Amino acid sequence: MGVFKLRINNKIHTVDVDDSTPLLWVLRDSLDLVGTKYGCGIGQCGACTVHLNGYATRSCLLTVAMVGDSAITTIEGLSENNNHPVQEAWNKLDVAQCGYCQAGQIMTASAFLEQNKNPSSEDVRMAMHGNICRCAAYNRIEEAVVSAAEKMKSNS
Amino acid sequence: MHTNKKNNVDRRSFMKTSLLASGGILFGFNLIKAVNPESLLTDAVSNLNYQDFNAFIKIALNGKVTIFSPNPEIGQGVKTSMPMLIAEELDVAWKDVTVAQGKLDTKNYTRQVAGGSQSIRFAWLPLRQTGATARAMLVQAAATKWGVSIASCQTKNGFVIHSSGKKIGYGDLVVEAAKLEIPTNVTLKKTKDFNIIGQDIKNVDSSKITEGKPLFGIDFKTPGMLYTSVIRPPAFGQKLLNFESAEAKKIKGVIDVIRFGDKIAVIGESTWLCFLGKKAITANWSSNSTLENTEKQDEDLITLLEGGSIKGVKLKTVRMDGDLETAFSKVDRVIERTYEAPFLPHNTMEPMNFYANVTADKIHLVGPIQTPEGSANRVAKLLKRSPDEVLLEMTRMGGGFGRRLKNDFVLEVAEISSIIQKPVKLIFSREDDMTAGFYRPKVKYRFKAGLKNGKIAAYHIKEAAIGGNINKSRANFFPAGSVKNYKVEVAKLRSKVTTMAWRAPISNFLGCAEQTFLDEVSEELKIDPIQLRIDLLNAADSSDNRMEYSPKRMLEVIKMVKEKSNWRNAPKGTFQGFSAYYSHNTHVAEIAEVVVKEGMPVVTKVYCVVDCGIVVNPLGAKNQMQGGVIDGIGHAMYGDLDLKNGTPQSSNYDRYRLIRMSETPQVETYFIDSDEAPTGLGEPTLPPAAAAVANAIKAAMGIRLRKQPFIKNWELNIS
Ligand code: FES
Ligand code: FES
Repeated sequence: MGVFKLRINNKIHTVDVDDSTPLLWVLRDSLDLVGTKYGCGIGQCGACTVHLNGYATRSCLLTVAMVGDSAITTIEGLSENNNHPVQEAWNKLDVAQCGYCQAGQIMTASAFLEQNKNPSSEDVRMAMHGNICRCAAYNRIEEAVVSAAEKMKSNS
Repeated sequence: MHTNKKNNVDRRSFMKTSLLASGGILFGFNLIKAVNPESLLTDAVSNLNYQDFNAFIKIALNGKVTIFSPNPEIGQGVKTSMPMLIAEELDVAWKDVTVAQGKLDTKNYTRQVAGGSQSIRFAWLPLRQTGATARAMLVQAAATKWGVSIASCQTKNGFVIHSSGKKIGYGDLVVEAAKLEIPTNVTLKKTKDFNIIGQDIKNVDSSKITEGKPLFGIDFKTPGMLYTSVIRPPAFGQKLLNFESAEAKKIKGVIDVIRFGDKIAVIGESTWLCFLGKKAITANWSSNSTLENTEKQDEDLITLLEGGSIKGVKLKTVRMDGDLETAFSKVDRVIERTYEAPFLPHNTMEPMNFYANVTADKIHLVGPIQTPEGSANRVAKLLKRSPDEVLLEMTRMGGGFGRRLKNDFVLEVAEISSIIQKPVKLIFSREDDMTAGFYRPKVKYRFKAGLKNGKIAAYHIKEAAIGGNINKSRANFFPAGSVKNYKVEVAKLRSKVTTMAWRAPISNFLGCAEQTFLDEVSEELKIDPIQLRIDLLNAADSSDNRMEYSPKRMLEVIKMVKEKSNWRNAPKGTFQGFSAYYSHNTHVAEIAEVVVKEGMPVVTKVYCVVDCGIVVNPLGAKNQMQGGVIDGIGHAMYGDLDLKNGTPQSSNYDRYRLIRMSETPQVETYFIDSDEAPTGLGEPTLPPAAAAVANAIKAAMGIRLRKQPFIKNWELNIS
């Protein structure tokens, strides 16, 4: 067990958990940040995606001991008022079906669009490859990422 | 074609009004009674316990409308589309409507049902009548207030408007309306007057989802709640002999390890500690029967198809028309093909989970389940308690696809909580979820057609399966009634492997097999595959009242998909495949387009036309259609689950391939304009998709795929 200070959504949280605990379960079980979802636990589905210093990261593979003083952003901290361009595109296009995978999809898309301001549709399809949607809302997800990219371009 | 009987339930028996302390009005109604025309209704309002109501329309003094719906969302949009039906007839503007999850009724949990594809079909009339009844009372209140006739009043966007032009908001009428008798005869709007039905309405929970709000069962917590995860027998048919848990118990935060039946539960302070605890346990398992293997199951199923008998099981007839034997003896040619599909786990993104708190005076259960009534009753029985003591609350569900009709996990967590006497949340790891069983039935079909003078003269379907079989209703699907000599036979092989309905039950693979077979028949006859279907449909015997599809509606979807896809005129290098299938009262035709890249087929586009009657919410409907098509293609291409010594060989997404974005086609969706009552949409676009792809692959590569998954070990799975 160990005490860890974590910088999550611009706040410092202190947790006392087993060193091997993945950040995912610290978020969900210790900190009540349940927007980040468990899907597979082995880095295959993307449901648990968060930002680590701005990069999309699988929180199920990242142990709490590995986080250090990196800045973590979860879906709850992506924007103040649900108004990140990616969230707006998701709401505008009504992407979600069951909705379970969507936080991970949004976190992957938002980190990707920070890196690639002018993605081709092939770039989008490859960038989102790591996120499974069992309801197969893929057409809408793709449309929403493209639409968010356009919005972010015109904003900058 | 089966159509809805007119629903003449007496609204007085399922509605009640009351004035709220805040001054607003509450129309209470029993959604479940209302949508289930078979259930008995109490006659007198005064006899009705208020608990009998589980859905409400609240109209506040400021005219704002809240619709409380008890129906949790599973991903098919019913939490949005059902309130739309009420709002339409109430005649309010959708922007003034808030949809809230109805507070679950503590006594009447049994009345809660979770929506599936068919919900909208059953809800169509009763929910509209509910809205119309509330509207009629508001009109009556206005007419009385003004001293005018009801006939001289209209409504629009939450106002009653008199022919003289004066108008009054619903909020100003609620006090009067609450005093009125509930009318029994209300008129519903004409289709052409709909303002909300048929509009693109956004999923009411969309913004909560994009903010990561706790909506799902797995997100639910109570103070002091513990976590648990369970070790189940690794192979179907195994029993627990003994286990060693000392190492697990040494882990700080692992609270207990208990045995119940043939399972071991680790209880801990977090999900992760339970997972760690499970890894630290060594268990010994035994079996007194032979453990099953995929190869042997395959052999047995083929034996059954060939007329053999396994453990007393043989083919038996479900439907028989004409004289099959004589017909086959007179044909020019016979074509016979076998199609095969593996077990498939449901793989909902949210793994199975449930919360239980079993105490001396009550049993509190919370989580994602589609069958609350059965679950609560079975928990009561298991714990030898009265069903009255059980309170079951449903949450939003991270997918269902049939898995959450089963309540194994509810029973497990209830038992664990009753043993440890604490509130506890059971969570399946992905591995638990994928290996715990309740799979899509494993099935093989043998289709045989006798061809004479360029037509199908005899048609014989044989099915051997582990799990579900073609039932009487499905035996009446196309081409029943279109071919004179027709026979369906089925056999169910006994197995320890548990199975369960899986998105578009039976149809999900029957559709693939049948529509691939017809493509093969058209090749044999050297006619266009679409023309073959058209000829069959035109030959349909309209006097066959068992037929569960409408040849006319089927012909229309086929015609439209042919047009939209520019059939037979695809760009060079792009190949098309056609498929059409009826299920869940909806007619669907699809054309898939395939190109070949590096020797492998890539599905680039699918045209999908449905006739699902009136489209309540096109925005949600298109998403459902696209999802169904892509899901159908994904599972046909990659879905696989082999057993070795009774043990599933895939347990997580590293060895179980689900379709991903870069592999998905664009799905173009079209609806047939219709005035008919709406029918299901969450499932029916799935069954035809696999065959459309298989037929396109045949066109592109000359390779006929008859076995799912189409791609196994990164190669085409040629049988
Ligand atoms: S839960 Fe982390 S990738 Fe699936
Ligand atoms: S919306 Fe259900 S898993 Fe993606």
